[in-house]
Amino acid sequence: MPLPLHLKINGASHEIDLDDPRVTLLDLLRERLYLTGTKKGCDRGQCGACTVLVDGRRINSCLALAVSMDGAEVTTIEGVADGDALHPVQQAFIEHDGFQCGFCTPGQIMSAIGLISEARAEGDAERVRELMSGNLCRCGAYAGITAAVLEAEQRITQAEKEKAA
Amino acid sequence: MSDIQMNTAPAHRRHGSNIGQPLTRRDGVAKVTGAAPYAADRHPDGMLHAVMAVSTISHGRVVELDTDAASAHPGVVAVMTSENRPPLAVDPDEKTNPFAFRLDALQNDGVRYAGQPIAVVIAETIEAANEGVSLLNPCYAPEHPRVALDQDDAFVPPVVGPGMPAEAGIGDVDKGMADAVRRIEAVYETPPQYHNAMEPHSIVATWDGDRLNVDTPTQGLALSQGRIAELFGIAPENIHIRSPFLGGGFGSKGLLSGPIALGILAAKMVERPVKLVVRRDQMFGPLSHRGATRQTLRLGVDGEGRLTAVSHHTLATTSVHDDFVEPSSNVSQTIYASPAIATSHEAVRLHIGTPGFMRAPGEASGSIALESAIDEAAYACGMDPLAFRLANYAEVEPISGKPFSSKALRECYAQAARKFGWADRPLEPHSMRDADGMLVGWGMGTALFPAMMFEGHARALIRDDGTGAVEIGAHDMGQGAWTALAQIAADSLALDLDSTDFRSGSSDLPDAGIAGGSGHTATAGMAIHKAGEDAIAKLAALALADQASPLYGAGNAGVEARDGHLFVSGDEGRSESYADILRRAGKQQVEGNGTSAANPDAQEQYSLNAHGAVFAEVKVDPDFGQVRVSRMVGAFAAGRIINPRMVESQLFGGMIWGLSFALHEQAVTDRRTGRIMNADLAEYHVPVNADVPPMECLLVPEEDAHVNALGIKGVGEIGITGSAGAIANAVWHATGARIRNFPISMDAISGARER
Amino acid sequence: MKRFDYVRPANIADAIEAGSAPGAAYLGAGTNLIDLMKGDVVRPDRIVDITRLPQLDAIEALPDGDFRVGALVRNADLAYHPDFAAKFPLVAEALLSGASAQLRNAATIGGNLLQRTRCRYFYDPASACNKRESGAGCDAIEGENRTHAILGWSKECTATHPSDLCVALAALDAVVEVEGASGRRDVPLVDLHRLPGDTPDRETDLAPGDLIVAIRLPAQSAGFARHARYLKIRERTSYAFAMVSAGAALEIENGAIRRARIALGAVAAKPWRAVAAEAALEGATPDTAAFERAADIALSDARASGDNAFKIDLARRVIVRALLRAAAGTPNRMPALPGSAFAPTAGELDHV
Repeated sequence: MPLPLHLKINGASHEIDLDDPRVTLLDLLRERLYLTGTKKGCDRGQCGACTVLVDGRRINSCLALAVSMDGAEVTTIEGVADGDALHPVQQAFIEHDGFQCGFCTPGQIMSAIGLISEARAEGDAERVRELMSGNLCRCGAYAGITAAVLEAEQRITQAEKEKAA
Repeated sequence: MSDIQMNTAPAHRRHGSNIGQPLTRRDGVAKVTGAAPYAADRHPDGMLHAVMAVSTISHGRVVELDTDAASAHPGVVAVMTSENRPPLAVDPDEKTNPFAFRLDALQNDGVRYAGQPIAVVIAETIEAANEGVSLLNPCYAPEHPRVALDQDDAFVPPVVGPGMPAEAGIGDVDKGMADAVRRIEAVYETPPQYHNAMEPHSIVATWDGDRLNVDTPTQGLALSQGRIAELFGIAPENIHIRSPFLGGGFGSKGLLSGPIALGILAAKMVERPVKLVVRRDQMFGPLSHRGATRQTLRLGVDGEGRLTAVSHHTLATTSVHDDFVEPSSNVSQTIYASPAIATSHEAVRLHIGTPGFMRAPGEASGSIALESAIDEAAYACGMDPLAFRLANYAEVEPISGKPFSSKALRECYAQAARKFGWADRPLEPHSMRDADGMLVGWGMGTALFPAMMFEGHARALIRDDGTGAVEIGAHDMGQGAWTALAQIAADSLALDLDSTDFRSGSSDLPDAGIAGGSGHTATAGMAIHKAGEDAIAKLAALALADQASPLYGAGNAGVEARDGHLFVSGDEGRSESYADILRRAGKQQVEGNGTSAANPDAQEQYSLNAHGAVFAEVKVDPDFGQVRVSRMVGAFAAGRIINPRMVESQLFGGMIWGLSFALHEQAVTDRRTGRIMNADLAEYHVPVNADVPPMECLLVPEEDAHVNALGIKGVGEIGITGSAGAIANAVWHATGARIRNFPISMDAISGARER
Repeated sequence: MKRFDYVRPANIADAIEAGSAPGAAYLGAGTNLIDLMKGDVVRPDRIVDITRLPQLDAIEALPDGDFRVGALVRNADLAYHPDFAAKFPLVAEALLSGASAQLRNAATIGGNLLQRTRCRYFYDPASACNKRESGAGCDAIEGENRTHAILGWSKECTATHPSDLCVALAALDAVVEVEGASGRRDVPLVDLHRLPGDTPDRETDLAPGDLIVAIRLPAQSAGFARHARYLKIRERTSYAFAMVSAGAALEIENGAIRRARIALGAVAAKPWRAVAAEAALEGATPDTAAFERAADIALSDARASGDNAFKIDLARRVIVRALLRAAAGTPNRMPALPGSAFAPTAGELDHV
């Protein structure tokens, strides 16, 4: 019996009749909706490559059953840029060379966006390192990642302040 | 022998300004938006999913698989086992060339290591394929496995690493030891390590008659194409491999592996496109790894702190069915001067997946042992570790007597030491604490990696619209080939980057050689450089022979290429654009071809290496032995730097691998079953962001006229060497505990301190 | 993963009915359950999705001063809840020392309590495990057991409970509200998990269908807020399970300890409350000597279950340090590295 599932993904509504309750959010995105920007690194919640935002919060999509996400708003790496204008986190990752092979990068960026909206890092590199530790990078681009997150955090906070003023 | 041939300047000079620029990655937008296609992102119409079943025993036979149960699971299309898999043209156990490792592609029911593929389930969905695997419920006839390094049947292998002699030496080590005033003898152990690129090995295979399209991450397009052709009995040109991006390789994606062959077989069996992605836990078996070693170092030192003898013996693992011996001892042939050096290797055969090339194979494992031993010797002599290394500075390669083609190691030592503040280091261990009471230690290591090149080919085009194109089947596994090689490509044609169409990452482009041995930028870069040179020469020939060209008749003076124009050398007034030359000649384009290879004369006459020095600070909790690296400074001299931003990133990555080697990475094997018990990323620890301290990387300028015309030495692996030892030495300096089993664990530190 | 029926009950009663059937499992965030299912460690026939159940996601201060935390509250939301974290900083620090930000955003409090051991042999279906399959044997006993239990283990099982949260909850006398077929009952957190004995497969006192609906922190445990620290020793700076952890909480009055709370993590099949050690601290001056005596008492029954004798002394030292940190005072701001040995102590205190 198909399981009806409504998701809003990157702003677009999806009505899905899921034929298999075992499908994770990650496999739904990648294998059924062909949103392959989100990566499968370990499939067990141990690497962070599959990080997406669900209702604005960063989670590991590999450990989330898709059917249980019914009604959620999902943001993936494909939904981050505004047309050709990159998100400040994306821009900062390029400028600080916060990646090498690029495979963990979508997860890192989604995690960074989540981190910045959580507002717990407060411009402190040590807090960024701790709060980004759920995203492994085997190439070892951590220095660039940390610098990129700090800069993007500052830019976003600044922009929000200006907007509020 | 005559003086070696210098790299001669080409008749026509090109001027470019792309090389050396710290450009951001040209593939950056694709990677930060999720648009960059990795192999597992492909989904051709009609594609099925394949999942491997792997063995849980490490020696024996598969007696039974419940293929009925698996096949009955909804969505399962086929179960491929050794009994029904399509035939191969060549036995995967046949060694068709020295680099052909034996593959496990379901050729029989035998099991020779835990994690060996024993079946493949192919299904409409990944969920069904996974459950099909679970339902196979294999029965085995197990036999006793050999899984521990301490076997008494060690043998001297004919070669180590990629074909190096197992034993080498100079002088009389026994005499050197006898003459020594101080002697160090110590045994260091390094564990099995697994590459664990973030991207699992994956393939999407699509057959079209006897033509095959393959998406798979590979560090060796042409080699993989050749191996597939051989295995499947089809012509290489019938195989198209796309590999524009690798999600990390580190050596594990260099040679075709069994799982990739299985993906192709599965597609053949079901006559539909098939995607096979290796599960993370399955990456601890058929995809090679860094074999475990036990290294015995014996150093003799005279009254002035100079080495009188170095003996470096390695006992390493290999598999029962194939040969790869981690060439750890060879690091002692090049770094420190000694009148007597002996390096040797032995191996034991275990029921493990065959070890192989893992980032700095031999250099990494050998470096941490040698740099630790050097540190022990320095302390025994009461000398500062840097002073001791300088006292034993190799002015020529000790074992061969060859001069170094270039060696700015002294500058590396000096610059990194100054930046680090090394001069303030107390000699005695266990003598520094921070404000929080943590033990603080400073350690250093010397980094060295050979400058290698392979054979590579490239094609360059200059087109009548004034733009150029460069084509090469090169590989970007994160090192930045899309950027750095494009910079070389643009300069090779004296064009700007935007006017140079750089095409790469596909097997239908010229063979760029393997991306390994830190030699890819040199290999591919030189092929590009020569292809560009050839294209410019052909363009110049058109102009010089054309009476209508301002360059007509300037043959002897030569021409210079700059900004899309050719100029008569020494006569700036005489120039013409590429476009004008081609249009008047009625040609759409000229094509140049280039081939690169290591210069055998340079190799014969010089020792070719990149060098570096790494300094590390660690903090160790005095009660718990938990370690955190708090600072690292590395200085590296690696010839010409094509893109300093990317090079710095590569070196940082290597330094973090060194950190990981010293403190984290280790596959834990159950000694009864041979199964790896931490085959996941929760328990096979690689550093997380919080493990990585503020790091600095200094690029020491170095020109090398011998390695190749571009002066490139390579930076992909050197960062690990030196770094791992620097951290181990810093742990000793913090605690006074000399831990010789890696990774250094909290219990080892606490235990050693109590003794 | 085995194919399963998926049900999403609308209320607790329906959930309990659905969850009482053999082969049923409750799904919260799934951060542990889905992992276990992918590894064929558990193969439920029916998944009862409780994430939509009403009224299980509140954090509320009760009139008597207790705090009640719904079972579906996410770990991160509890850790960052200003009022809760101010009253129970030990819980906040323990939560933030665990897993990753992503997992903390998803994982529920109820699920955290019921997470399974990280014993490698439990996770490996090809290994014998009495916890996974009663009577199958235990491959950990002679296997890779450096991280295994030093307290309360049996020859049938030496696995440890991996939760950080539970250590803090055990220390602070938390109560678990359980609803089952026979109604609602309170279970002290320290009684929720069982020691292995002869039945390591029976991990908790919950019956089939029992559903954790909330935990409660008693008002009097807020009295430790000024002197409460969690310390977690691990093999990575972050994103690693504890080798040994400890929660320590003190009430200090006129330079003497009035009440003390100590619990250990990753040393036993349950969060290990050290009651005798606490008693020994009452009335004592909060100094190293007193803390060392308490630590000795806490570990007096400890013994190695394998290659893990070092954990006994490690646990002793962890208790001492946790107590010293607690005595120094709860930091006014969560350390950048919560629970870490490397959380700096200088300059982060204002209670002292």
